[in-house]
Amino acid sequence: MDASVIIKQKAKLAALDVEGVSHAFGPTKVLDNVSLSVPRGSFTVLLGPNGAGKSTLFALITRLYDNISGQIKLLGMDVRRNPSLALSRLGVVFQSRTLDLDLSLSQNLAYHASLQGIPHSKSKVLAEAALKRVGMENRSSEKVRNLSGGQSRRVEIARSMMHQPNLLLLDEPTAGLDVAARESVISIVRNLVKEENLGVLWATHLIDEIDPTDNIVVLHKGKVLFKGTVPELFSMTGKTDIGDAFRSMTGLSQLEAE
Amino acid sequence: MSTQAIGESANHIEQEIRKKAPTSHLGGYWTCFSGILWREVLRFLHQRERFFSALVRPLVWLFIFAAGFRNVLGVSIIPPYETYVLYETYITPGLIGMILLFNAMQSSLSMVYDRETGAMRTLLVSPFPRWFLLLSKLIGGVAVALLQVYVFLFIAYFWDIQPDGPALAIGLPMGDAFYGFEIPAPINGYITVLPALILSGLMLGALALFMSSVIRQLENFAGVMNFVIFPMFFASSALYPLWRIRESSPILYEICKFNPFSHAIELIRFAFHGRLDLTSLIVVTGCTIVFLGAAIYAYNPSKGLIAKRGGIGR
Repeated sequence: MDASVIIKQKAKLAALDVEGVSHAFGPTKVLDNVSLSVPRGSFTVLLGPNGAGKSTLFALITRLYDNISGQIKLLGMDVRRNPSLALSRLGVVFQSRTLDLDLSLSQNLAYHASLQGIPHSKSKVLAEAALKRVGMENRSSEKVRNLSGGQSRRVEIARSMMHQPNLLLLDEPTAGLDVAARESVISIVRNLVKEENLGVLWATHLIDEIDPTDNIVVLHKGKVLFKGTVPELFSMTGKTDIGDAFRSMTGLSQLEAE
Repeated sequence: MSTQAIGESANHIEQEIRKKAPTSHLGGYWTCFSGILWREVLRFLHQRERFFSALVRPLVWLFIFAAGFRNVLGVSIIPPYETYVLYETYITPGLIGMILLFNAMQSSLSMVYDRETGAMRTLLVSPFPRWFLLLSKLIGGVAVALLQVYVFLFIAYFWDIQPDGPALAIGLPMGDAFYGFEIPAPINGYITVLPALILSGLMLGALALFMSSVIRQLENFAGVMNFVIFPMFFASSALYPLWRIRESSPILYEICKFNPFSHAIELIRFAFHGRLDLTSLIVVTGCTIVFLGAAIYAYNPSKGLIAKRGGIGR
């Protein structure tokens, strides 16, 4: 195969492919035959109320535990058969705060770089660049304890991007943030999608975080009720508002608030 | 695009990624290990209160408890001691064990709690194999414990607690001649105790790591104190020779003998005086392997207990 064909085909390979994944803890089925795809360079919203199965899906993709049925592939690589390779292309921002409060920003980033096997000689430059991207380059020697919620989220995004992953997972990244901080976090991630051709899977229960150009996956009680673009959502449900469309699909009066 | 073409390009990409993957060369493993170790030590040094309380705890026992009990508890001559020893000297290995035990429980069981749950997940999304990550974390915990132990021993030195084993000879014997050098007491004991400290630290750390994956109910550290640390510490040879326990309760004596913590302390006690207690070495090594295996199994994504339960600390 010549190089240009490979590059073209590589572009078509999805950052994430989930096919027919079900998962249960004891008798409770948490995920029921879930399939979804996150193309490269796309912002895909995983929309669902608390308890829809979003966190379980993330635990399976990050291999906290294995999927028992179905397949999860990163850039075509099965996470069960090729865990090391798949995880090396993955960046994650967890819902809970995961930075070391007593360490400085650059120490946190250096630790994360070493977990990705990036030697200290290279990680320093990468850390500076990553902090610059989220507008935190002037605070690299400060302790995380001094940062606001929005600032530490931005540092977590910088951290997750240090090893230049192809897929970025974010689990309710704006939970507990004020409006300004939320907007800045969202715009940073949207820029990454454009500039780095990154595939993003953004789990949320907040409808106003959705942009008309996003891909949407609606997850409810462990089942995928819809996947597609916003216009497709409207034409399927006959509504002109994402909230209305969601309510008509799930029968819920509203998404659970925090 | 045909299915075959997609398959081929996927293969191509896989090869490309494999070449770049940090897990493809040993240097990556070293970077990862040293990073984990560095973080554990750095975090410990930043938590001054933890360092302080970790040091005060055994010193209170040494300076106050041991002084008070010096005349109550007579210690007869038992190996490895060749003369009557002061009670302070007897309990020092037990207090070292206490430092190791507290440290293991603190660093591993903290994973159970919410604040640390995220840190554990950050560790586990690293592309390196899970057994390697867990073992690195354990060794990091042991490194922190060693710092505490040696500072404690340094202070205890001025309380006249000093190793008195035969000089440590390093070199090659050639016929009647000996090429090398000798390390005299008391420095020799601080060197010979090191392997015993590392092994015991690993055993206790692995036990705590396993517990962190099994236990859901422990709400706070007080629970760990009551149900793990105190029983393990008091039902051992840390504070009194086991023959004294046999006098009052033969059943308790059997329990103490069964307690791996007793063996860790005896291993340290003998090593501190330049001697090897083979039984203890075998028991501690065996327990380390079993506990470590159990912990790695528990954190295995497909078989482990976390997979059955659905998350850490849930």
